[in-house]
Amino acid sequence: MGDISLIHYLMVAAILFTFGAVGIFLNRKNVIIILMCIELMLLAVNINLAAFSSFHGHITGQIFAMFILTVAAAEAAIGLAILVVYFRNRGSIAVEDINMMKG
Amino acid sequence: MIAPLFFYLFALMTVVSGLMVILARNPVHSVLFLILSFFNSAGLFVLLGAEFLAMLLVVVYVGAVAVLFLFVVMMLDINIDEMRQGFRQHLPLGLVVGLILIVELLMVFTQDLSTDNVLATNMSGEISNTAMIGQVLYTEYLLNFQVAGLILLVAMIGAITLTMRHREGVKRQNISEQNSRTRDETVQIVSVDSHVAPKVLDDSRAANKRLQ
Repeated sequence: MGDISLIHYLMVAAILFTFGAVGIFLNRKNVIIILMCIELMLLAVNINLAAFSSFHGHITGQIFAMFILTVAAAEAAIGLAILVVYFRNRGSIAVEDINMMKG
Repeated sequence: MIAPLFFYLFALMTVVSGLMVILARNPVHSVLFLILSFFNSAGLFVLLGAEFLAMLLVVVYVGAVAVLFLFVVMMLDINIDEMRQGFRQHLPLGLVVGLILIVELLMVFTQDLSTDNVLATNMSGEISNTAMIGQVLYTEYLLNFQVAGLILLVAMIGAITLTMRHREGVKRQNISEQNSRTRDETVQIVSVDSHVAPKVLDDSRAANKRLQ
């Protein structure tokens, strides 16, 4: 089993980040799942930051992980609010239906 | 000896529940797996010595964000089967992108990640993790901290203004209007002549007779 090194934590974070990215491709119809995948990717980044902070003996990584947490919470709140308003207006949240602005 | 065991447990649970988030058929199950993933990464943070961040993860992510997701998933009426369309169709593309991404991320490990060239070692065991974060956060990163608070405020106001709506035809109490009423415009003094029976009474008697 051996000692747990920085590599182990980075490996977990890399796998989690990849799952988040793949999830966006797989669940392209469901906006809620896409938002959850973004949360998963942010979690992977937080694990990276905390691991580097811990193994390099520098607290800054944890501070910035906290800021990422803040932004992730704000992003989730705004995203879900937009989703609720959109569902109220159109009765659907399928990604293909979101083409009002023809962008 | 026990720490590596716990690391593998938490890591495995985090990764497996992360996988289940994207594979689960029902969005509610996805959210629940997301919560499990958050809990297990909180365990990883504890193993790393970042206890404050671990507790923050549980409080903020599990307590607020995941519950918000759960609310929205259950509030919106979603056709699950329709949402699952195109899952197989996008699978090859997703796997290719994922493979490229994981190879790129694992290529980082060919670099020298040793911690010898890092000078700063301000994480001694004498002071707790939370106290250390507080000492740095409120001095060196004060501006960032304030800006983070501002971001949360803007997000809160934005979410409220987006979702609030005034429906027409709903009777509501208007407190400022109530408080600004004066005696002159609400109280009416009528002098009634006592010799003559009031006209209103006559009308009601007539109505009663008609009913009988």
